[in-house]
Amino acid sequence: MRDPHLLQLIDGYLRNELTAEEKAAVDKMRQEDSSFDHMVVEQKFLIKQLEAQEARNAFEQTVHSVADQFHTTAEPTGKLLQLWKKHKKVISIAASIAGITALLISAAVNSFTQKPTSEIRQLSQALREVKRTQQITDREIQGLKQANSQPVAHAKLGGTGFLIDPKGYVVTSAHTVVNADSVYIQNSKGEYYKVNTIYVNSPADIAVLKIVDNKYVPLKTLPYGLHKNTVELGEEIFTLGYPRPTADIVYNRGYLSAKTGYQGDSLAYQLAISANPGNSGGPIFNKDGDVIGIMSGKQVTAEGVVFSSRASNIHQALQEIKKDTSLHESIKIHLHSQVKGVERVQQIKKFEPYMFMVKSY
Amino acid sequence: MANTSGEILLLEGLLKNERTAIETIYKDNYRMVQQLVLSNNGSEDDAKDVFQETLMVLYERLLKRDFELNCLLKTYLYAVAKRIWLKKLQRNVIKVDAGVLEEELPDIGFDIQFEQQQQQHHLNMRKAMLELGEPCKSLIEAFYIQKKSMQDIADLFGYTNADNAKNQKYKCLTRLKKLFFKVNQNSEL
Repeated sequence: MRDPHLLQLIDGYLRNELTAEEKAAVDKMRQEDSSFDHMVVEQKFLIKQLEAQEARNAFEQTVHSVADQFHTTAEPTGKLLQLWKKHKKVISIAASIAGITALLISAAVNSFTQKPTSEIRQLSQALREVKRTQQITDREIQGLKQANSQPVAHAKLGGTGFLIDPKGYVVTSAHTVVNADSVYIQNSKGEYYKVNTIYVNSPADIAVLKIVDNKYVPLKTLPYGLHKNTVELGEEIFTLGYPRPTADIVYNRGYLSAKTGYQGDSLAYQLAISANPGNSGGPIFNKDGDVIGIMSGKQVTAEGVVFSSRASNIHQALQEIKKDTSLHESIKIHLHSQVKGVERVQQIKKFEPYMFMVKSY
Repeated sequence: MANTSGEILLLEGLLKNERTAIETIYKDNYRMVQQLVLSNNGSEDDAKDVFQETLMVLYERLLKRDFELNCLLKTYLYAVAKRIWLKKLQRNVIKVDAGVLEEELPDIGFDIQFEQQQQQHHLNMRKAMLELGEPCKSLIEAFYIQKKSMQDIADLFGYTNADNAKNQKYKCLTRLKKLFFKVNQNSEL
């Protein structure tokens, strides 16, 4: 990046202005040098943003101006709205009775969307209470994961991942990589590797990446294990991650505060640990150095409440990946930590090379 | 489901930033979104915001060119608006009534959270460009948006030659890159 010529070259490359030989040279360089490739992708991303910027600004302006005009010369409110306003009082009285409110509003929305409101639907409402609560919970978890990952997810270019098989398989959280055009990982020495996303499970918020980079030299056996046992409330835990834009790895310590996640989500744990955007996807270790979870998100409305996906979701992911025959090798994880009883400082030192910053574009 | 040619024209108009197209969409759909928001713990202002955000999302999808509308535009807008609104409600951990949650929505073919991220990038880029200041901002725009040649830029900005302009552009781009990726990182801390 320090070289203006390199930047000029990338500009030309992205604009298709290079000669065939130059282009071939750049392609080759991208193949061989992931940090160069990363630079190209970064610049492409930036320019894409830039190019669309003007059009977006113009569109937004028109929308604002139409909105202003529309709302000041507001035509008479729609029929349904009038109806609703008329019944507003009634509805708000009924609001104290949750069941009825649900009924009323679902009816209102239904008639509005022209869906037939059947008797059966209303009558069965009570019976479906349980199912519904379940669904609300699911949605809320979903919403919460996404909402509180809002920070985490918007830190868009940042997340953490860790190796589960030295052949080049990395686990991170789903929301850091989902929908990305390209994903790179970077180790604490600042080396980049290109990765492909081979598995995503959004409800459990985990994803598996595969390093597809010739430059990658497989590391030795993992120092940490992938725990299958149960965890204990109050158990001490720690995590490593890349919450900073720089490649500085950050250590945090806390304890397991609940065996389930937000509103009893059985795919998750609740932790008391300090976490920042960029930590998501990072491994949660117990004191022996077994991975018990994957950092997912935190609750915005409460201080220090963090959720992690369970390590068992990794095992499940591997089961599903196994079924995918397009993958020619099998992923082998090992269950037992090599650093049991070792001092924390030493554990971290051992783990560091296996921790990656995940950058998605 | 087949779409009327009218809707396709409307979308084309939207993509071209035609005022009349946006007005029509407002006229035909705003009440629906307003109703959705008002009857689910929202205010008039919330409704306005949600609708504008919905239009931005629609526009963003159109820009991507892989846009496919397999339901009526109205249904599509409703589905997008509802996802946006639910997201806002859930962010504030407000309980949403079950009836609204249960209702089936057509697949809109993308994740609303992803789209909101795009919006965030958009805001971040705007912020980064503002911070970049002049003459860098104009220079970058001249090169990357108006696609002017380096020679033209040199003449326009009074650089002695294209090489000088190139050098300046390099400095500007490097700075913009830093600003943009920094803002992008910090926007949520």
